[in-house]
Amino acid sequence: MMASSYNAKEEDGQLSGAGGSGGVGAAKSKKPDNTAFKQQRLPAWQPILTAGTVLPAFFVIGLVFIPIGIGLFVTSNNIKEFEIDYTGIDPARPCYNCSQTLTWNSTKSCVCKVPFTLEQSFESEVFMYYGLSNFYQNHRRYVKSRDDSQLNGDATRLTSPSKECEPYRTSDGKPIAPCGAIANSLFNDTLTLYYINPNGTESLVPLQKKGIAWWTDKNVKFRNPGGNNLNNITAVFHGTSKPVNWQKAVYELDTDPENNGFINEDFIVWMRTAALPTFRKLYRLIEKKNNMIPTLQRGNYTLEITYNYPVRRFDGRKRMILSTISWMGGKNPFLGIAYITVGSVCFFLGVVLLIVHHKYGNRNNSAEIPN
Amino acid sequence: MDCSLLRSLINRYCAGEENWVDSRTIYIGHREPPSGADVYIPQRYPDNRIVSSKYTFWNFVPKNMFEQFRRIANFYFLIIFLVQLIIDTPTSPVTSGLPLFFVITVTAVKQGYEDWLRHKADNALNQCPVHIIQHGKVVRKQSRKLQVGDIVLVKEDETFPCDLIFLSSSREDGTCFVTTASLDGESSHKTYYAVQDTKAFHTEQEVDMINATIECEQPQSDLYKFVGRINIHQDRDEPIARPLGSENLLLRGATLKNTEHIFAVVIYTGMETKMALNYQSKSQKRSAVEKSMNTYLIVYLCILISKAVINTVMKYVWQSDPNRDEPFYNHKTDSERQRNMILKVITDFLAFMVLFNYIIPVSMYVTVEMQKFLGSYFITWDDDMFDSELGEGALVNTSDLNEELGQIEYVFTDKTGTLTENNMEFIECCVDGHIYVPDAICNGQILTGTVGMDMIDCSPGAGGKEQEELFFRALCLCHTVQVKEEESVDGIKKGLHPCGKSSSVYISSSPDEVALVEGMKRLGFTYLRLKDNHMEILNRDDDIERFELMEVLSFDSVRRRMSVIVKSSTGEYYLFCKGADSSIFPRVIIGKVDQVRARVEHNAVEGLRTLCVAYKTLAQDEYESVCKQINTAKLALQDRDKKLAEAFDVIERDLILLGATAVEDRLQDKAADTIESLQKAGMKVWVLTGDKMETAAATCYACRLFHRNTQILELTTKRTEEQSLHDVLFDLSKTVLRHCGSLTRDTLSGLSHDVPDYGLIIDGATLSSVMKPTEEGSSGNYKEIFLEICRNCSAVLCCRMAPLQKAQIVKMIKTSKEHPITLAIGDGANDVSMILEAHVGIGIMGKEGRQAARNSDYAIPKFKHLKKMLLVHGHYYYIRISELVQYFFYKNVCFIFPQFLYQFFCGFSQQPLYDAAYLTLYNISFTSLPILLYSLIEQHVNMDILKRDPSLYRDIAKNSLLRWRIFIYWTFLGLFDAVVFFFGAYFLFDNTTFTSNGQLMTANTNMMFGNWTFGTLVFTVLVFTVTLKLALDTQYWTWINHFVIWGSLLFYVVFSLLWGGIIWYVTFLTWVILLAALMTASGSFIMWFCSSYQAILSLCSFSQKEEIVRQTTAFIKCYILK
Repeated sequence: MMASSYNAKEEDGQLSGAGGSGGVGAAKSKKPDNTAFKQQRLPAWQPILTAGTVLPAFFVIGLVFIPIGIGLFVTSNNIKEFEIDYTGIDPARPCYNCSQTLTWNSTKSCVCKVPFTLEQSFESEVFMYYGLSNFYQNHRRYVKSRDDSQLNGDATRLTSPSKECEPYRTSDGKPIAPCGAIANSLFNDTLTLYYINPNGTESLVPLQKKGIAWWTDKNVKFRNPGGNNLNNITAVFHGTSKPVNWQKAVYELDTDPENNGFINEDFIVWMRTAALPTFRKLYRLIEKKNNMIPTLQRGNYTLEITYNYPVRRFDGRKRMILSTISWMGGKNPFLGIAYITVGSVCFFLGVVLLIVHHKYGNRNNSAEIPN
Repeated sequence: MDCSLLRSLINRYCAGEENWVDSRTIYIGHREPPSGADVYIPQRYPDNRIVSSKYTFWNFVPKNMFEQFRRIANFYFLIIFLVQLIIDTPTSPVTSGLPLFFVITVTAVKQGYEDWLRHKADNALNQCPVHIIQHGKVVRKQSRKLQVGDIVLVKEDETFPCDLIFLSSSREDGTCFVTTASLDGESSHKTYYAVQDTKAFHTEQEVDMINATIECEQPQSDLYKFVGRINIHQDRDEPIARPLGSENLLLRGATLKNTEHIFAVVIYTGMETKMALNYQSKSQKRSAVEKSMNTYLIVYLCILISKAVINTVMKYVWQSDPNRDEPFYNHKTDSERQRNMILKVITDFLAFMVLFNYIIPVSMYVTVEMQKFLGSYFITWDDDMFDSELGEGALVNTSDLNEELGQIEYVFTDKTGTLTENNMEFIECCVDGHIYVPDAICNGQILTGTVGMDMIDCSPGAGGKEQEELFFRALCLCHTVQVKEEESVDGIKKGLHPCGKSSSVYISSSPDEVALVEGMKRLGFTYLRLKDNHMEILNRDDDIERFELMEVLSFDSVRRRMSVIVKSSTGEYYLFCKGADSSIFPRVIIGKVDQVRARVEHNAVEGLRTLCVAYKTLAQDEYESVCKQINTAKLALQDRDKKLAEAFDVIERDLILLGATAVEDRLQDKAADTIESLQKAGMKVWVLTGDKMETAAATCYACRLFHRNTQILELTTKRTEEQSLHDVLFDLSKTVLRHCGSLTRDTLSGLSHDVPDYGLIIDGATLSSVMKPTEEGSSGNYKEIFLEICRNCSAVLCCRMAPLQKAQIVKMIKTSKEHPITLAIGDGANDVSMILEAHVGIGIMGKEGRQAARNSDYAIPKFKHLKKMLLVHGHYYYIRISELVQYFFYKNVCFIFPQFLYQFFCGFSQQPLYDAAYLTLYNISFTSLPILLYSLIEQHVNMDILKRDPSLYRDIAKNSLLRWRIFIYWTFLGLFDAVVFFFGAYFLFDNTTFTSNGQLMTANTNMMFGNWTFGTLVFTVLVFTVTLKLALDTQYWTWINHFVIWGSLLFYVVFSLLWGGIIWYVTFLTWVILLAALMTASGSFIMWFCSSYQAILSLCSFSQKEEIVRQTTAFIKCYILK
């Protein structure tokens, strides 16, 4: 590359030679401009690492990081979180029977109830999640297996889904809507929460199922064919087949037309594949009704599960999580700890360096002068 | 040379030309000789089309593609791209295709543009009109239609359209002046001579009547060599044969000056012209950095392959459980299930390769080349290396070696013209022991006769007077100086001394000759001109003496002498010979040899250049036999040089010694300072010169190569005559090693001033016997012993070197077991071989022409500029490029290793961590500019400090910044950072509700982040960290740095916002910044800690150092483990 540019330079010389010019005039123009940039003398800030600059830097970083870390840690600790595993691997657990008997083909759903106790009341708005473990939503074959055009309401794709959806593309000769492995494996346990009043009666905790998906997903990425506000949604999906594993067709997911078909929020949440094999997905919101009463009082609760989703075969786990959030999101002690660690390491190094500097640096400065 | 010859041979044979012969016969004006003397073999010659362009419109795409994919990196990416096309890979072919396409397109556009320029230039040249003679008339023709044998008319200031034999000129004496500025850069006027027998033909008609054939060698690329013969047929007589030499050959590309017009005959056309043959590029030199870069690449390739292998194996281990391989939610298609197992493994392996291929950065090559290309402009722009006298600054001929300038361990320098000015001044002459010194303050005005002469030994008898005048005449006649009238001068003036009334200027290719002739002028004998082959001398009595110039036995560096044969007005033949003492004394039979020799040696010790002058008279018959010898030799087409040398050897015998001259060649400005700096910087400086030992040694003392306390070891013919070479060598090595054994390596610290340093002087003859492999096994290691001695000498002087020996020495050092980096610097044609041989060749734009500068990698106006070139530019370039290389590997480890880790969490399914756009743009745009800028303008130490303290150069010696240790450090830093990024994000995501309350959107929306968000988080932290890391390393913050570093981060943020179209990004960013700050801090701390640690350590003495090192490495270990 560079050799050729050299040739070009020679060529230029030849041209000027052929033109018969050259000589004194050309020689003068060869004098380089005396600009700061060309002479590499641009004014510059030159931070020089000396003990005098490095030591304070270490201390400053240490002193800044430790408070931030403490702040993050405290915030995280203030977040209330409750988690319960309802898979039912252990025979003693309530859902053991369900987990043992469940197969994909069973039409009869299995219901089990898991009692639990909240030690503390959840004051602010509560988020209810389901969590899966050992479930590889990030497997490449799985991630690919969807048709975004179909989900966006493309009518032609509805009848002829993308090849990426194989082997969940057609069923009995009819195109599957929504096609693909992700849609096919939609989480279909139903979770209901009951508060057990001190007098022993159960009262249903109202769970809100809208507002759990991303705004962009709900309004831009996902659209029912023929528009979202269609009343006759069944007709739109005519000629398509439901995903193999589903019990209901996509237009039967909800009665609310705002939350039915492709724009069903549970479906949208599921379609956003998780990054890691252990993950949580938002299931419901529990809104704070009254400022006087906490959203979830402390006391006993029952979680009623319509157990549909099999995870035992691949050693998976299913959990239900209740959590409040803060400005930094959910409970996450990691960041606070990391900040504190780095800050203290910095501080510690600063101290070590200071000692080293004090002990050897000064002595040698004075020792070298006589030499 | 060999290569080009071989190439032309191959071309010829491949072209299917069967009758390939050594010489070609040309009929001037296509006129066949009356009698077919020889069997005429018609040869086909190419037309006069010059094709310097590489491509045509049709073959550009395939040929350029082929050329580009011959580069190993491009080929690698092509393979990756093809793999992506063929098999189902995680990333789309676009991710690697786009960068590759970008690189290829940019290169192709650049090369295409250059080629288009060449086409334009070619067309302009090929179509420019040329006047040729046809049937006695001048006809215009396009240049490309010229044919061998055409007679061409060239007018003043026109460029010669092809290689021509000069037939006649509008000037009376049959000469013309030519500048070869575009060929070799020499803008001086050179004189060429028309063929003797045709120079009388002045009109078109006459020229058209010439009936002659030219026999000459087939084209060869040496600009300064030509042998041919012209046979002129006159009526029915035997043809007259005349020799043709390079003085008759007008080269394409040269321009006619100061001559109205000339007639010439075409002999070489088109691609066979010497200019075209010289287009072949020199062999590529590669820098040490590039070599280590390639090694690193191999390491990375191994890492890449092992990563892919690990993942493939893991994948199959993991998949062995069918519930994992095919859980209910993720079935395979039937075709996937039925695929052949081996095929599956191979596909998986390739897919992993593709996934991780970014670890070998395609953009590194582009960036490195851009850095080198743009960076080299700083050399040409440098005002400190601009020489106002010459009107030129430094030149960069290859930018590939910029960083090599910072790695030099051996400097081989020429003496004359490099260390010294090559601006000669006549000091004294010695005739038969009498010494004549022209008045030192001579300006020419007051000097006539003996007034300005200081006779030291005033006893010249009558015979002495005669001898003296003969000596002066000899010097006035024995030269090749030309006289130029003042008014006709418009080129660069050489040796201008407006002495007395004469307004003429002496011009010669050798400054010694000018000095001598001028010196003679001051002593009363003025050389006036060469007119009609008669040399005219104005003697002391203001009489004009005329001598007919019969023959010139021109100078060459092997004979080291030249002679002229003249016929005086009284009809006597004289042969005057001048040359180096060693080549004259053995040929002298009469004369006061001892006295002259003593004086010559005395002068040589003073550092003066000495020449001896001798003569002999020839009788008429002697002269004729001499003439015949020379002519036969000159007419030979093969081995002409050898035959001429033999003839000269016979002729220049039995001389009578006249005396000797001394000419001073002053040291160049700041030569001593430069040499001292280079030595302080840890370079070994060798002077290689053709001069004699005493002169050279004196120069070495003067430029402080040898100090007063330097112990000089001599390895010269004088010593080896007394002892055998074997003994001398062993003696010397014993002396040297005795001291060095006790010293070990503490010399580096500069503590030991009392150590005697050694200087070695060796001469050419001894050197060749050292280098000569002997039959005995024991003496085969002379070379080793010699090298051992040299290694322990601070300075070496090699004198009496032939040009080829210079190259041999360079080669010997280059291939010795440490493989040191060598630099050769010189100004003359005799230095070209060593300039080409050394790792870095530097040419000085000197007085001896431009060959050295043309063949060099870098050309500088003066020797003193070498200091800045090496100590400042070399240092900077090295630092910059090594950081560039290391950083590139670092940032790609950071980039790809998280992807590798991610495989463990996605079932080894080759799921990419990052979005395709990020994969593609990471190296192209997000992180490319800051490092490019860094590698262009970083200055870790101030320029003035670098110049003032040459020992800083030792810090970077031996490729120290690209050692394995540092490479491993950077790689591990990259791995560490990658682990931090990945697991930092992992712990945020894993089993936690990493959500944001997203108040900017709707009051109570909560979102879960998916896998792309995870990747984006890692990627954002990565981009921030990697850029901030560079910011931490930057020690020279100009406004451009601020602009580029912060601008590039801003660009990334803006791009991400647009790309994702993601409104939540604002809240997302707060996270990223928190994380990035954390990662940057933790990742960079080791580095920071180390550098500050080093700063503190440098204050400590050795014993303490070790102790602290041990302590702190333990700390660092702890830190990393954490």
